[in-house]
Amino acid sequence: MATALASTGGLSARTRYDEDVVRLFVIAATFWAIVGFLMGVLIAFQLAYPALNLGSEWTTFGRLRPVHTSAVIFAFGGNALIGTSFYVVQRTCRATLFGGPMPARFVFWGYQLFIVLAASGYVLGITQSKEYAEPEWYVDLWLTIVWVTYLVVFLGTVLRRTEPHIYVANWYYMAFIITIAVLHIVNNLAVPVSFFGAKSYSAFAGVQDAMAQWWYGHNAVGFFLTVPFLGMMYYFLPKQANRPIWSYRLSILNFWALIFLYMWAGPHHLHYTSLPDWAQVLGMAFTIMLWMPSWGSAVNGVMTLSGAWDKLRTDPIIRFMAVSVAFYGMSTLEGPLMGVRQVNALSHYTDWTVGHVHSGALGWVAYISFGAIYYLVPRLWQRERLYSNTLVEYHFWIASLGIVLYITAMWVSGVMQGLMWRSYDQLGFLQYSFIETVSAMHPFYVIRALGGVMFLIGGLIMVYNLWRTIRGDQRVEARDTALARPVAAE
Amino acid sequence: MTDRLDPTRPVTHEGMQATREIKDVQDKLAFGDSPLAHLEWDGIRELDYPPPRWWVLTFIGTVLFALLWMILYPSWPTPFGVWRGVLGYDQRAVVAEDIARAETLRAPLVQAIGTAELTGIQDDPDLMNFAIRGGQVAFNNNCAQCHALGGAGQGFFPTLADDDWLWGGTPEEIEYTIRHGIRSGTDETRDNIMPSFGADGILSREQISDVTDYVLAISGNEHDAAAAGRGEPLFAENCAVCHGEGGAGLPELGGPRLNDAIWLYGGDRSHIFSQIHRPSHGVMPAFEGRLDDATIKMLVVYVHALGGGQ
Repeated sequence: MATALASTGGLSARTRYDEDVVRLFVIAATFWAIVGFLMGVLIAFQLAYPALNLGSEWTTFGRLRPVHTSAVIFAFGGNALIGTSFYVVQRTCRATLFGGPMPARFVFWGYQLFIVLAASGYVLGITQSKEYAEPEWYVDLWLTIVWVTYLVVFLGTVLRRTEPHIYVANWYYMAFIITIAVLHIVNNLAVPVSFFGAKSYSAFAGVQDAMAQWWYGHNAVGFFLTVPFLGMMYYFLPKQANRPIWSYRLSILNFWALIFLYMWAGPHHLHYTSLPDWAQVLGMAFTIMLWMPSWGSAVNGVMTLSGAWDKLRTDPIIRFMAVSVAFYGMSTLEGPLMGVRQVNALSHYTDWTVGHVHSGALGWVAYISFGAIYYLVPRLWQRERLYSNTLVEYHFWIASLGIVLYITAMWVSGVMQGLMWRSYDQLGFLQYSFIETVSAMHPFYVIRALGGVMFLIGGLIMVYNLWRTIRGDQRVEARDTALARPVAAE
Repeated sequence: MTDRLDPTRPVTHEGMQATREIKDVQDKLAFGDSPLAHLEWDGIRELDYPPPRWWVLTFIGTVLFALLWMILYPSWPTPFGVWRGVLGYDQRAVVAEDIARAETLRAPLVQAIGTAELTGIQDDPDLMNFAIRGGQVAFNNNCAQCHALGGAGQGFFPTLADDDWLWGGTPEEIEYTIRHGIRSGTDETRDNIMPSFGADGILSREQISDVTDYVLAISGNEHDAAAAGRGEPLFAENCAVCHGEGGAGLPELGGPRLNDAIWLYGGDRSHIFSQIHRPSHGVMPAFEGRLDDATIKMLVVYVHALGGGQ
């Protein structure tokens, strides 16, 4: 089992996989994760206790909210994705990174600069006001340069592979890189007002602008938060479980179905708006067809684990991965449900959406990333094992409880909010005013914030564990002497 | 297998190994002579089980449902226009119908309120019931932002649930205030400006201090009797024209009553002093033209009934 530590793998003795750059990405992903979680906790408390806006424009909810979303999606998620993709593509293609060490390092530092430029802009009030595409034109241009370099490095590595077939994880990573490039460039088409000013105007206007934005926004969910994390799952889940992927056919079928259907589903974010009926109906129809292609990957993940279910009891890393697949399955059932116009009439603009996003983001995206990071750190730093499996166990349970608090609070709050908005009395008057719905949601905002605190605590435990692992410490734990035996015997 | 389900028994290494071996044999049988059997990526192999039947059937089911939906509702754009759907559904028409239905339902009462006198509404239980509900909804969406739910008041925004009125508390006076606002910039707005007695040099600091003591005295607060005595003639000369004799208030001019315990800008010495020195003035928008006549009447009835209507 410990042979995985030899990083030359199947390469000739003279070449080595570039794992130093993967280490940088792992460190960055962990750092930004904590920043993102902290921001999330802060803005969750701001919603419950508005005094925490601190009376300064730099610290208001409106400016910190994109800092939170960008930090978790693009900084934590993005670094985890690029880092694992570099790790996976080298090993499954048996090739070193295309272009040598420099382009990959440019991608790393360039991407960090993108994050800092974007976040500093938000705090200073520089924004395009497009959700998940807030950075202004100068940041967008910089990201385009970095991203194209990333595409060249990844594609170049795949092209000079020494394996006859491209492993399925790389298909998913490639779809992610190419599609995000297309989405990013089209949605951010804009005319800057001046060469030295931050302000620009979008190339689109009115309902076309809304449609372009949600074509981008929904596919950002699809091609940033789903597709590449499936790639992550397709490598790290079989590795950690030491089981073969259950069905090649299902993985390819899901891949193409997902790619084809996702592109059309964006209009379900614009139900009951000025978007023409036909576009809304098409968006809903494709959303429903997305259900099974999404579940197919979950089925493949779960069936891959079959035969290794005992590890769920003994290996907390497997547990992170298994639960992430479960949350993925749940979110991709809830998503098509909320995309149905009649359900959307209740759920839209409410906290239900927020709960849905977080069951995917916390339960699926973050958990599969935690699993991958726990898998990677001992291998990247040539350590025999993690500092402590018990701490992984604590991380798992505290964070899981946090997720449960978070999403149940948002479900209750969201459905209540939606019902209060639409309730009329027998005279035909609205039953509740807006402010009454806000006060009714207050207790759930407090519970949600507490859930966020627990998720953050879990993250901090992970940082401590990884730090000690990298230092080379090993905590002597009763569980390891009892449980390490079957693993060592393989 | 059964002993593994017994939580009291420890999981043995041999037991786990055995289940995994069984699984391996199953996989090998399912795998057959697929070319995949020889492929491996960094130690990962891929089996080739067919997709589960339920998965295939559900996928086909969702595709059929989606196709049906596209036939029933407006969906594909074509060079000859958009497919309108078998059901002839149109979102805008549905909204227009819904609004029309709600309006028809309410029409008799709304019309009756529109033509009735304010007192007529208050005397008719059905109209009154409707007006209070309608007024409350209108209040919560247009007024509560400043005056708070139930007219409880907050900060520098007056309480409407008591009997202390700046511009009068009869239904007619309330209606005028709602229609035209206060310092709203419209031609008919309620308007008055209290001079900046200190900032504009009308009174000296000592005189303002004396008047402050007098105001504290008439409102039943702790004060310096001698200073209040000096302030009394100053008050009569400078303030009573708007605030009334002895600070009894003059709602016709919007002069607030001072001889009670209700304060908009604070009732302690420093706040009263600064209000005389350089006063604050509130602003309320005019709602005529923003809200229709019936809604304004319902608001009047609601605000009047909050507790302090005269």
